[in-house]
Amino acid sequence: MEYKDMELLRFTTAGSVDDGKSTLIGRMLYDSKSIYEDQYEAIKTTSERRGEEGVNLALLTDGLKSEREQGITIDVAYRYFSTPKRKFIIADTPGHIQYTRNMVTGASTANVALILVDARNGVVEQTRRHAIIASLLQIPHILVCINKMDLVDWKEEAYEAIHEDFEKFAAKLDVKDVSFIPISALKGDNVVNRSENMDWYEGATLLHYLENVHIASDYNFIDTRFPVQHVIRPYKDEFHDYRGYAGRVAGGILKKGDKVTLFPSGFISVISKIDTFDGEVEEAYPPMSVTVLLSDDLDLSRGDMIARENNQPRSTQDVEVMVCWFNEKPLQERGKYVVLHTTNEARCVIKEIRYKLDINSLHRNEEDKSIKMNDIARVVLRTTKPLFIDAYRKNRITGSLIFVDEGTNETVGAGMII
Amino acid sequence: MNYYLNHLKELEAESIFVLREVAAQFENPVLMFSGGKDSILMVYLAQKAFYPARIPFPLLHIDTGHNFPETIEYRDYLVEKLGARLIVGSVQENIDKGLSIEEKGFNASRNGLQTTALLDSLEKGKFDAALGGARRDEEKARAKERFFSHRDEFGQWDPKNQRPELWNIFNGKKRFGEHFRVFPISNWTELDVWQYLAMEKVELPNLYFAHKRMVFEREGTLLADCDYIEKRPTEVVKEMMVRCRTIGDMTCTGVWESNATTVEEIIEEVAVTRQTERGGRTDDKRSETSMEDRKKKGYF
Repeated sequence: MEYKDMELLRFTTAGSVDDGKSTLIGRMLYDSKSIYEDQYEAIKTTSERRGEEGVNLALLTDGLKSEREQGITIDVAYRYFSTPKRKFIIADTPGHIQYTRNMVTGASTANVALILVDARNGVVEQTRRHAIIASLLQIPHILVCINKMDLVDWKEEAYEAIHEDFEKFAAKLDVKDVSFIPISALKGDNVVNRSENMDWYEGATLLHYLENVHIASDYNFIDTRFPVQHVIRPYKDEFHDYRGYAGRVAGGILKKGDKVTLFPSGFISVISKIDTFDGEVEEAYPPMSVTVLLSDDLDLSRGDMIARENNQPRSTQDVEVMVCWFNEKPLQERGKYVVLHTTNEARCVIKEIRYKLDINSLHRNEEDKSIKMNDIARVVLRTTKPLFIDAYRKNRITGSLIFVDEGTNETVGAGMII
Repeated sequence: MNYYLNHLKELEAESIFVLREVAAQFENPVLMFSGGKDSILMVYLAQKAFYPARIPFPLLHIDTGHNFPETIEYRDYLVEKLGARLIVGSVQENIDKGLSIEEKGFNASRNGLQTTALLDSLEKGKFDAALGGARRDEEKARAKERFFSHRDEFGQWDPKNQRPELWNIFNGKKRFGEHFRVFPISNWTELDVWQYLAMEKVELPNLYFAHKRMVFEREGTLLADCDYIEKRPTEVVKEMMVRCRTIGDMTCTGVWESNATTVEEIIEEVAVTRQTERGGRTDDKRSETSMEDRKKKGYF
């Protein structure tokens, strides 16, 4: 059963109607045999009825009525395909500036950001915006696909110029791993099959890259963090004194016998058992869901955290974040919101808006502090109780939080802790 | 040591996390159980999530009265084995009380009436979260669904006004009278489900394996011959080796010609098949956006 060795890779794509994103996704799904005949027939019929030329593969990703009517992707669409090596989850998001919030949503769980560049136009505003978001959301790997190589006569110079341009710009960003591939999504060159038109390119094809990029280190395996999600008390005779702390490992490696510090109490205890339905395990690491038992009977519940004695999160009520705003109602300085962080919940007040970030130029605007939907800003909060945090750069799970409007209960913003 | 989970174990960990969030964030959740493989998977994952405690919520079955008898048998067996609490919402009862009106004609189905029975049962039980086994790869409207999907006091879904969902943070806040639909296996595909069920050796109803059955063809789909479907004079019943890829009620669940008698054979079949599993569902074929339309009204 070879499928037992498959890994899961999540990637995000962002782009507009014209840069060939839908064609590329369609190509990957089609060439990996992930489009079914009845799906293909359905979009073929719709394309014909609308009088479109050829089969419009974008109809595969545009699921909602209003999206189909307007011919645009409004929401994040999730697509799935797999090869014998990996299962892929694509978070397909619209690239226009008014959909920044969707790009941020798609980027929040991605291992790889796939950025499409039209070989004829080079690095444009939208390319820069995608790269900035990938850097803000700390997507571990960025893959720049220079598309429509067929329209620039497969010329190496065109590819090189864009490659250089992008690298110059990326030097200003916080990105670690950037790769480049020249492709033609329309003709299929370097997508699944190697191009015969670009023998000057010796690197991987897109699919080969996605199948092989090293993602095993994308989680933080150093700083042990275990947010308590739920307390398990069986109330059964055979598990009389069982008190298990259920949760998902957010960082580091938990081992049986480890001496741990509990937050917020500061008590010290020892892990006596790491339990699962399939039996006890010796260690637990991200992203495992397990149940931890401690040797002492201490007060510990949802929202609390287990960490190592000599490696602790910051426990603080003063938090500084980069926030991406999602709501029509602008962010209010002095405004109060609910904050959800790991399994913890608190209220907060926005103490200060430091600056608004221009996501096309990286310019920090300290004058205009009106933070509207899709804006990104650096803000300072004060919470009603301590949160147990890490910098987002260090841990995407313990370094992230969301803002909830107290009146409407809507999720109104996402914060990356500095 | 290499610290990594295979794709099935990672999906499992994600689903368990979501199930535990539901137990922690809601007062009175319920698990919608149809008897199909996805809801069987859900029950199995819930068992894992809360072990060694019992699953902390009841199962809710919306019974159209047109089920395959095998489905009911398996349901009762599973409930007994787990010591779970089962609630049945009956479409037949609603029809008898005049709350629902039965469709007539050759393509009559109680699929649409399930919505009324479901919303009724949710209201009666005062459930604030209903767990479902829907997957995003099933259908295009479901591809836009959140893990935590907000429903207003009428049970309606507003696809244009969904809450953004980032990282692993789920916002289950709501006003009184509103509820959530939660979909822990959103990121699983049909193939993932089969691979996982095989890996974990989960017991399944016989309907999923190839067996001899009397069937007839309608608009390219094979349907099981039963009293609930009115046949046209031109529709000929014959015996074939078939199996179900999805299980709904008998009037709208297509069966497929197959010789797969083990889970491994099913995996092979699913891996090379060229039709989506809901391709056999006549309820999805009513219009291009029939799933979206039904979901907006509160359909599962």
